[in-house]
Amino acid sequence: MIKVKFKVNTEEREIVTEPTKTLLEILRDDLGLRGTKEGCGKGECGACTVIMDGKPVVSCLVLACQLAGCQITTIEGLSRDGKLDPVQEAFIEEGAVQCGFCTPGMILSAKALLMGNQNPTDEEIKEAISGNLCRCTGYIKIIKAIQKAAKAQRAALAPNTSGGTRKNRDQ
Amino acid sequence: MSVIGKSEIRKDVRLKVTGKAVYIDDLSFPEMLWVKVVRSPLPHGLIKRFNPSSALAVQGIVSVLTYKDIPGTNVVPIVLMDQPLLAEKVVRYIGEPIALIAGEDRQAIEEGAREIDIEFEKLPPILDPLMAMKEDSPKIYGKDNIFSHHRIRRGNIRQGFEECDLVVENRYTTSYQEHAYIETQGVIAVPYEGRMKIYGSLQCPFYVQHAVSSVLGLPYSQIEVIQTTTGGAFGGKEDVPSLVASQAALVAFHTKRPAKLIYTREEDVESMSKRHPAVIDYKSGVTKEGYLKAVQVKYVLNAGAYSTLSPIVLWRGTVHAVGPYKCPNVKVDSYAVATNTVPCGAFRGFGMPQITFAIESQMDELANRLHIDPIEFRLRNILRKGDRTVTGHLIKESMELEKTLKKASQIGWKREREISNGYKKRGMGIACNYYGVGLGAGGRHLAKAGAWVSVLSDGSVNFAVGTTEMGQGMETVLSQILANELGVKYERVSMVPTATTQVPDSGPTVASRATVMSGNALIKAARPIKKSIMEVASKMLKSPISKVKLADGYATSGTKRIGLDEVIDKCFQQRKIMSSQGWYKAPYTSWNKATGQGKPYFVYSTGTNLAEVEVNTLTGEVTVKRIIAVHDVGKVINPQTAAGQVEGGVLQGIGYALFEDMAPAGGKILNTNFSTYILPTAKDAPEIVSNFIEDPYPQGPFGAKGLGEQPIIGVAPAVINAIFDATGVRIRDLPATPEKIIAELNSHHPTFIPLGRR
Repeated sequence: MIKVKFKVNTEEREIVTEPTKTLLEILRDDLGLRGTKEGCGKGECGACTVIMDGKPVVSCLVLACQLAGCQITTIEGLSRDGKLDPVQEAFIEEGAVQCGFCTPGMILSAKALLMGNQNPTDEEIKEAISGNLCRCTGYIKIIKAIQKAAKAQRAALAPNTSGGTRKNRDQ
Repeated sequence: MSVIGKSEIRKDVRLKVTGKAVYIDDLSFPEMLWVKVVRSPLPHGLIKRFNPSSALAVQGIVSVLTYKDIPGTNVVPIVLMDQPLLAEKVVRYIGEPIALIAGEDRQAIEEGAREIDIEFEKLPPILDPLMAMKEDSPKIYGKDNIFSHHRIRRGNIRQGFEECDLVVENRYTTSYQEHAYIETQGVIAVPYEGRMKIYGSLQCPFYVQHAVSSVLGLPYSQIEVIQTTTGGAFGGKEDVPSLVASQAALVAFHTKRPAKLIYTREEDVESMSKRHPAVIDYKSGVTKEGYLKAVQVKYVLNAGAYSTLSPIVLWRGTVHAVGPYKCPNVKVDSYAVATNTVPCGAFRGFGMPQITFAIESQMDELANRLHIDPIEFRLRNILRKGDRTVTGHLIKESMELEKTLKKASQIGWKREREISNGYKKRGMGIACNYYGVGLGAGGRHLAKAGAWVSVLSDGSVNFAVGTTEMGQGMETVLSQILANELGVKYERVSMVPTATTQVPDSGPTVASRATVMSGNALIKAARPIKKSIMEVASKMLKSPISKVKLADGYATSGTKRIGLDEVIDKCFQQRKIMSSQGWYKAPYTSWNKATGQGKPYFVYSTGTNLAEVEVNTLTGEVTVKRIIAVHDVGKVINPQTAAGQVEGGVLQGIGYALFEDMAPAGGKILNTNFSTYILPTAKDAPEIVSNFIEDPYPQGPFGAKGLGEQPIIGVAPAVINAIFDATGVRIRDLPATPEKIIAELNSHHPTFIPLGRR
């Protein structure tokens, strides 16, 4: 057993666990954050994607022993005080969700992209979500939603707007 | 303003984008046990010894159950009652359930499963359906290994072919297709005061209710099935959850504790139903003027070890075996054949994607050989109002295939092809289809639906139906239908989770039937309530009832209007009926089993798919550049969810056409996860133009027919026809992998040039 300290969303966490326990199991079973989904258990479907230190990772392939000092963002941490992230808003407006099982992972892959690229092309979006399988939507509305979120984010970051706090958050 | 035809925001979307939607694996109960299924490693064998003692010795293992522990009947009831819940003496496919292990946690059941001691005696397996049909083959089902045989007889087939100027005959084969719902199968069974509550990811709660009841030997009334948010289904959660739920319920029954069973992806792929592989011998003949004269089809489905839904899948494929065309002389024989492979079942399209691949490849070849444009050739043969289908069904209404064909052609059919650059060749292909909405004569006894509507005193509305939301958007579409019928705002309407206790048995959520069936049932349920509201509004507005209209949250009469909340409040003060049940029976259908004649479905949706592809002739890789999909669905209730259905279906169709291949060896599926079973990713998504033809179906809710399954059906043949158009190579074995295309390109010198290149 090992003791690891890491940050999940806004909270510092310390857990005692087997070093080989996956981040996915830790999030779902130990921390009760069940918005992160398991679709394949082998890093092949992307449903369990979370953001780890600014990069999207499949949490079923991250082990407890890799977590010390990391910042993890899950779907539960994307909205603040009931206010949704622009990516979530855009998924709603564009109807980019059907069964919803891939949605949390898909949104976090999109979020990770937009954190580093404020003006992605369709090709860059497709590349960024190519590890997230969706069997329902055909991806068309997901790609549109991510473009829409990028636009909303650019508008919020533009000078002479009140987007300052959001800018800090996104960095 | 009407809420019909408006892209209202999905009802379930906010929960889903925030991760708050509760899927089955997100639920747990106090004292809950975990369940694992012990499965057969052999395609065919005898169980010689089963010893659970060392498994029971593993710490945390609570129970090991076999068929001997089943208090009711050891059958998963569906059509032919041939599938045991747990194998008794014989195993018939790799992955067949033999025993259930229940333990305190996941680690315990994994360890317990390794300790189970079973000894088998191998029996020779039959893996190929054509071999299984031979007279001297060993028998694994009945006297001939045939679960089901359907036929169509029309006109005189021999004479028909004699009158043809051109006859084309080919064999078409298709692979398995995996549903690949991202959420695997899962159920929790909770014993509760002598009753059994089942929570699960499922399409058909009433199927599950009947199965669990039969296995446990309890009356239907003691089994309550509650659907949890369902992470994709596509037919894969139609009959199969009956099996999963019965497994969990058996554990809960014996241990008197809640039992959770979540399949791993590998287990799910290995043992759950799929789209049937097919072998189709297709012969069709035309006159030189381009009129279809005779069609003869032998359609064989590899059903696997048990029949599950194969007889019905086969029936739908049989009914549609000539496609949406007129033809005076037809002979169709179709067979669902038993083999020692995983049982196949329902998958979006239900026996039609396979046969439509053959039909539309044949149509394309006939057009090319006749030097007639493929669209023009289809226009000469398609069904229109006033025509009879090959089953003799006179189409009186709602048949707008011609409009879909013309619209698709107008959007994107180019007579002049783009000049292909060197080794990359571009091509276009087209495919038409029709789709009988609902269960039809093959499932007439289930062609019914109930609904319950309750308007509450604050003006908000609850409703329940017996069909399920599985991502397709039913909850949203039905909320729009009910909001429109009652005149309340869409935001005020909400659906309660589908459960067997809410409404009577409404049949399954399949066959693109939910909008028509539950939509009509809801409208009927709303009637007495609407009457209450109208009566009270009429008095409040001092206007005759005939002049009162309910819309958008108001009752209006001429220029006078009053908020519905106020009217509804008054209704409650006056103790009016504000809650009611509705019941809808599907219109008449019929089928003569001997001749295959009758009115198999009450209405058909139709569609045309046009594909534009680029083929790399050095690597054999195909890139789909664009799909134009035009569907005649009567009336679009929600344009956004309708387009979503089309886009998703198109991508599944592209997967079916090009990538999705299952490679069983000795009855074992080798690609049981997504690094080896290749699904389309975002990078494979082409431009998709979806378009709808709206010719209201008079008996549909606000004119709607069904849509869900249709989008996948014509995609693969349109892509295959486009590959032919680009290269002159015709692939007759799905999927069209680069290996097959390269082999054809290298070995095959086209004997005729595609029409677009002449």
